[in-house]
Amino acid sequence: MTEAIPNSPLPNSLRSYPDAQGQFGQFGGRYVSETLMPLILDLEGEYRAAKADPAFKAEFDDLLANYVGRPSPLYYAERLTEHLGGAKIYLKREELNHTGAHKINNCIGQILLARRMGKTRIIAETGAGQHGVATATVAARFGLPCTIFMGAVDVARQQPNVFRMKLLGAEVRPVISGAQTLKDAMNEALRDWVANVHDTFYIIGTAAGPHPYPELVRDFQSVIGNETRQQILAVEGRLPDMLIAPVGGGSNAIGLFHPFLDDADVAMVGTEAAGDGVDTGRHAASLTGGTPGVLHGNRTYLLQDEDGQITEPHSISAGLDYPGIGPEHSWLHEIGRVKYVPVTDNEAVDSFQRLTKLEGIIPALESAHAVAACEKIAPTMGKDKIIVVNLSGRGDKDIPTIADRLGVAL
Amino acid sequence: MSRLATTFARLKGEGRAALVTYVMGGDPTQGDTAAILDALVAGGADVIELGMPFTDPMADGPAIQKAGLRALDANTTTADIFAMAAAFRARHPSVPLVLMGYANPMVRRGAEWFAAECAKAGVDGVICVDIPPEQDRDLGPALRAAGVDPIRLATPTTDAKRLPAVLDGASGFLYYVSVAGITGLQQAAQASIEDAVARLKAGTDLPVAVGFGVRTPEQAAAIAAVADGVVVGSAIVDIVGQEGATAAPAVRQFIEALSGAIRSADREKAA
Repeated sequence: MTEAIPNSPLPNSLRSYPDAQGQFGQFGGRYVSETLMPLILDLEGEYRAAKADPAFKAEFDDLLANYVGRPSPLYYAERLTEHLGGAKIYLKREELNHTGAHKINNCIGQILLARRMGKTRIIAETGAGQHGVATATVAARFGLPCTIFMGAVDVARQQPNVFRMKLLGAEVRPVISGAQTLKDAMNEALRDWVANVHDTFYIIGTAAGPHPYPELVRDFQSVIGNETRQQILAVEGRLPDMLIAPVGGGSNAIGLFHPFLDDADVAMVGTEAAGDGVDTGRHAASLTGGTPGVLHGNRTYLLQDEDGQITEPHSISAGLDYPGIGPEHSWLHEIGRVKYVPVTDNEAVDSFQRLTKLEGIIPALESAHAVAACEKIAPTMGKDKIIVVNLSGRGDKDIPTIADRLGVAL
Repeated sequence: MSRLATTFARLKGEGRAALVTYVMGGDPTQGDTAAILDALVAGGADVIELGMPFTDPMADGPAIQKAGLRALDANTTTADIFAMAAAFRARHPSVPLVLMGYANPMVRRGAEWFAAECAKAGVDGVICVDIPPEQDRDLGPALRAAGVDPIRLATPTTDAKRLPAVLDGASGFLYYVSVAGITGLQQAAQASIEDAVARLKAGTDLPVAVGFGVRTPEQAAAIAAVADGVVVGSAIVDIVGQEGATAAPAVRQFIEALSGAIRSADREKAA
């Protein structure tokens, strides 16, 4: 799938980061305890070796094709396009992947790395449960025991995914520290990891955390952008004018954007979760409403107070309910290559319903944030323009949330 | 010579190990910390670690997590921590005081600001859990310029190849985290501690203090027999958690027991 893309970026390419220190400009880095540091360095070495190993790539590509079901279609959303009356809209159908979201791409890559490193136990954090399900899935496929850390609040509100993980053979450990959501699940996974470094591989779910995670997650997710590039060239004979993707930690977005970063004519928009509105304080928009700081192994934009204490995020989408963002996004924001816009809960819920009715596709609430931005932007563009929206996941998991929002008792 | 260097040199002369004690600043409230710090000194602690609360203490076990939450619930700020440090320095001119915590609160207003505040408050050293040597540039140069010791951590995963990087730029003392894990839970086997301390001391002249999971006078005494210092944290924090605002007498009693055990162990070692 990826052979058309040059492997070694040109000098001065926006695709050549991170640098040797694991940084994207001032962002990224390796802010971990000394206990984890040797393992982080081992992982980096092993990842370099895997990247250079054709057998690793062959196995990754084979699993993506035959287990995940790639390539995912690039679908012309004709009725949405007509409804909006502007740019031509394509949807990258990541929601059709095995387990229902883009998360599985990264999990396949990381479990292959875990096996290469001889690790025999898998851990992961999860918010809504999508990454937890994807991790439990690959752990089952490779026969490795797996523990998923999930905030107790999220365990209570995501029961179907909790049961899915258990069916897949994973242990789901509810986390009762802090606000008992995604951030706390990540803290607890890090605590487990530091105590079990000898045999445990931590499959981080987004393009964040200490170097080399932001890089390797991005690389595994870049299959999204690489496919999109080939697909749009095949049907339109040219590159799109704009890419739009939702951003929590930002792994689906960086996966779509990265292969296009050096194409100056391709505009990019990341949508952040604005919750009740950025001015209400109840949001998860780290770039729009945050400041740079250090959390979970990397320097990046964070929701924090003047003392550097992390503040609680809010979003209707559990997958976006995180007070940080991947470091490469912080950098792309600062250099202005990608525009990040806030989308509120209400806007996402409206777009969720509209896409469902117009196209017969139920998007994840995360993805509905990108659809909402597309609905605002597409009408301002000419009909000769092309937008690709990353439909990062499917919305079956969000049916109870939407019903509740609309006052419907299930 | 810094207070840390002076203290470790003096204790070496006396033939005993330092008792290094940790409490969380602002736990259970800002107003309680001074009496607890005084109880540490009165009980026989040689070096004080004052914890800076953080919302996301990834390297800490339940005891210190809860202590941090108590402090934050009482609205403890960075300014409060420096006020506690400065007041401690005024009351105890010669007892070394070290701040311990996480990177984000330390670098929030810039490393230079933080280092200058440390110097102003009479803080002798800083232990930052999530700034490994690879990220030294984020805090180390500012601390050194302000005359504050950046105290490095070594762990069971710090192998011989990596140790020089850990020691490069370290000062004050070397903190050996004796278990791969979080604070306050299991303790390392004595034999593994002895091996590790011998390995570290072969690589540095810095004093080596050993911590993580040290909860009893017996454990402290055993470590004191082989290391330059013993660090006790979660066990003290647990007492503060149980006793609350009136914890000082119980803390002092516990420190006296630890200190007494370390002194008698070192007397035996000398004899």
